[in-house]
Amino acid sequence: MNPATNEEMKNAKTGPDPAAGLICPVPIAEYKNVLLAHGGGGRLTQQMVRKMFLPSFKNEYLEPLHDGAVVPFNGMRMAFTTDSYVVNPIVFPGGDIGELAVNGTVNDLAMCGARPLYLSAAFIIEEGFPMADLWRVVLSMQTASRKAGVELVTGDTKVVDRGKGDQIFINTSGVGRIEPGVEIHPNRAKAGDKIILNGPIAMHGIAIMSVREGLEFETRIESDTAALNDLVMTMIGAGRDIHVLRDPTRGGLASALNEIAETARVGITISEDRILIDEEVKGACEILGLDPLYVANEGKLVAFVAPESADRVLAAMRGHPLGKEAAVIGEVVGDHAGTVVMKSRIGGYRVVDMLSGEQLPRIC
Amino acid sequence: MRFVDEYRDEAIARKYSEQIHGITTRPWTIMEICGGQTHTIVKYGIESLLPEKITLVHGPGCPVCVTPLGMIDKAVAIASRPDVILASFGDMLRVPGSSRDLLAVKAEGGAVRMVYSPLDALKIAKQNPEKEVVFFAVGFETTAPANAMAVWQAKRMGLKNFSILCSHVLVPPAMEAILSSENHRVEGFLAAGHVCTVMGYEDYFPISDRYRVPIVVTGFEPVDILQGIAMTVRQLEEGRAEVQNQYARSVRREGNVLARQLLSAVFEPTDRAWRGIGEIPMSGYRLNRDYSEYDAETRFEVTGIEARESPLCIAGLVLQGLKKPHDCPAFGAPCTPESPLGAPMVSSEGACAAYYHFGRYKKEKVAAEARGR
Repeated sequence: MNPATNEEMKNAKTGPDPAAGLICPVPIAEYKNVLLAHGGGGRLTQQMVRKMFLPSFKNEYLEPLHDGAVVPFNGMRMAFTTDSYVVNPIVFPGGDIGELAVNGTVNDLAMCGARPLYLSAAFIIEEGFPMADLWRVVLSMQTASRKAGVELVTGDTKVVDRGKGDQIFINTSGVGRIEPGVEIHPNRAKAGDKIILNGPIAMHGIAIMSVREGLEFETRIESDTAALNDLVMTMIGAGRDIHVLRDPTRGGLASALNEIAETARVGITISEDRILIDEEVKGACEILGLDPLYVANEGKLVAFVAPESADRVLAAMRGHPLGKEAAVIGEVVGDHAGTVVMKSRIGGYRVVDMLSGEQLPRIC
Repeated sequence: MRFVDEYRDEAIARKYSEQIHGITTRPWTIMEICGGQTHTIVKYGIESLLPEKITLVHGPGCPVCVTPLGMIDKAVAIASRPDVILASFGDMLRVPGSSRDLLAVKAEGGAVRMVYSPLDALKIAKQNPEKEVVFFAVGFETTAPANAMAVWQAKRMGLKNFSILCSHVLVPPAMEAILSSENHRVEGFLAAGHVCTVMGYEDYFPISDRYRVPIVVTGFEPVDILQGIAMTVRQLEEGRAEVQNQYARSVRREGNVLARQLLSAVFEPTDRAWRGIGEIPMSGYRLNRDYSEYDAETRFEVTGIEARESPLCIAGLVLQGLKKPHDCPAFGAPCTPESPLGAPMVSSEGACAAYYHFGRYKKEKVAAEARGR
């Protein structure tokens, strides 16, 4: 068949319209071009994933839309995941793009309850990128993968013309093994589950913003980037009835909880006064007009744990360096399915919604 | 955070909530003017702490919401020019114009930059002498001094490639417009604390007298809002109509004198169209004769652009407190925060967006209670 545009095919009424198979091509119909918000982790990202990618590649492993796919292999279950890192600036307080690329993918595997084993790394580098900077990135990937106990076993390098990329983009994929008896999945959240958060939120996003061009402000805030697999293994050791794990990265805690509420069709109630936020992070959010609930984390996780195991899991977390400040922030409830409700510090209630697009600072 | 946490204290909030419950004997409708206050009310769930008899209506003090469609279209037209960098506050970027918003212009390759201060736009102009840099100067009396400062500095530096698309609006004329409209429901106002920090509150005495309405200058933290409501309700219950200042830690009667001097050096009052409400006499600022060369509307010849609002959208009635967002036939479908028909659905300060989020919870709660019965 000769190549033809959608328009020609529609006009000719011959042959199938490639868009016709999609259930509801909302992102195509409403947006002629991809917006930044399509990558922001909020509702637009979700629409694109659910209405474009999911129907196009429909299969039982993709469908759960977990942090990684869980696939059977030789009688075992493997977790498989991929992520791309395009952070700007590439070096920020508390880390750099290399460390992030290892930790992020390790964490995606850990959120499936898997023990991360192998990583791949693909680099897209802009012509002219200083070799010294590349060394720095590579060395921090080396350190991070050693710390996380994973091996980087394959990779790829592409260099693009100057101006066609932004210094360096890294993609990492990873595989890990899930032990028998571990069943961690967003749709397993059920009424009564306690929701545990391992520490203060919004540090990564604010650390990045503090050094972004045009926005520099002085702060001690550092990114919380960390590999969470060891913490997760400790938690699983303490209680096998962990139902859901999620690292609230892009889109923040609010988006992560909303995704779980929607996937499991459960209601979630959280208390604002239980959610730790560093004083400086709070101050920065006030000044920038941002809500810390929507600011990115790179070393945080939320765990949905059966109530009878919550104390044991919480105690185990508090004994781990990455969970010292862990706390129960809320629970899964029987009503308002699909919705996250927060008890505010002054005792009022509000819905914590998914972001519609990027979080835009308010005027006043 | 010191000086903030005290005003987010649950015990103090509960005290004011109980006080309001104690003194309220009749239904009252109170309007908070400022979008920042609406935001706090929604964020802290303040309505859930008030007696049923108290109705809060969200006023027109959301700059994103009241900037007229034609002005957005002008910004879109200017930003689409290859020789222009358009700088704007963040939440203006997603406000729908007639055909598209500024984020879409950016996605199409237009140079649209988000800035936190108009002085950052000035910096961009200095760094890019080959480009025309336009700042989208929207907002109330709160953002006006910084915007005036940018123009004032541009003139002193002899910066020729900088201009502003000016759509400033003023609070007191809007309050008068609401009070003089037929069937308005507003019985008391929480005046916008930060507007008064700049302008003071002299202007409110004649309004309070003429329309027999209590006006309480109110801050933005939850305890501020609750205290402001308590003061307003007390006046209403006692049949008083006075101007009071709840936000004394920031607001002086005469305001910020230096800022006001700068405003009158750069701007002059003008008639201004408000999105959804229409034209209100002398309700805005434009650049005065000394600074008219910095006016982007004339520099880029976009004065002719006129635009029509979506006929479905009742934003004007909502912003005047005549209708609640969920009275709108388009509310929730087709109008949502992802595809807003009118501006109040865009900003988190907007009344419709606020109701979209909060109202959903209330509806579900009612449904759950009905199931329980």
